[in-house]
Amino acid sequence: MTAAPFITFAVLAAVAVASGLAMMLSQNSVYSALFLVINFTVVAVLFLVLGAPFIAMLQITVYAGAIMVLFIFVIMLLGGERLPAPQQRLRWQQSLAVVLVLALLALAGYVFAQGAAPAAVLADPQQYGSPAALGMLLFTKYLFPFEFTSLLLLVAMIGVVVLTAVEERRRRLPRASRRT
Amino acid sequence: MIPVNYYLALSAVLFCIGALGVLVRRNALVIFMSIELMLNAANVAFVAFSRQFGHLDGQIMVLFVLTVAAAEVAVGLAMIVAIFRVRASINVDELNQLRG
Repeated sequence: MTAAPFITFAVLAAVAVASGLAMMLSQNSVYSALFLVINFTVVAVLFLVLGAPFIAMLQITVYAGAIMVLFIFVIMLLGGERLPAPQQRLRWQQSLAVVLVLALLALAGYVFAQGAAPAAVLADPQQYGSPAALGMLLFTKYLFPFEFTSLLLLVAMIGVVVLTAVEERRRRLPRASRRT
Repeated sequence: MIPVNYYLALSAVLFCIGALGVLVRRNALVIFMSIELMLNAANVAFVAFSRQFGHLDGQIMVLFVLTVAAAEVAVGLAMIVAIFRVRASINVDELNQLRG
């Protein structure tokens, strides 16, 4: 009975790490995006296990849904899946990157091994992680940051429109000249 | 219950995979996906600690990280599209116009 959570965690963690590695190593951008969707879905299941159902559903809809659809849309738009594998200009940089990332991993492992895990606080399972409790916290303690995110999204939206509206302006010129 | 250290280890491994992807790959889209993976790894740590301490604050942080990630992806992909129009390439090695 006590082994079941560990097996669940081991399987989920293995799939998450494997899909992450496959995302990084895949030469086709579309495969990378689909592996990332697998990774996000598995992490959403981990969130469910951790008692965060609302965050898990948000992960599925926003990350695996909206953001990855945007990614795949842009890959298809640019023909990114057909791009030839570029030749590496800095060959030494790849091996250096692997060494540095392994050093980062070793450092993180050392830090986690040093610190003892703090005692777990068992929250009320009926209330913990429910959308109502989360909303209550979001609209009281975190009201200002929440309002600020709306400003952030507005600025991002305006930025995207400005960045991609160049083509539209160019296309309108010949039509105006045709009319005169 | 699984100790929080296991989740932190998973978070660290995912973060390192993302960092490796940013450093090794040359396709701007894959670099963006690797950044998403790193943000996701941070989310795992947030939710694990939230569970450990019985506070919901960590889950609220994940909400904000999600918002920032959405804004970042939208602006970043728009920049990639704009760059692709001018250079017809999304290889970051070829974007060296600012080299001093």
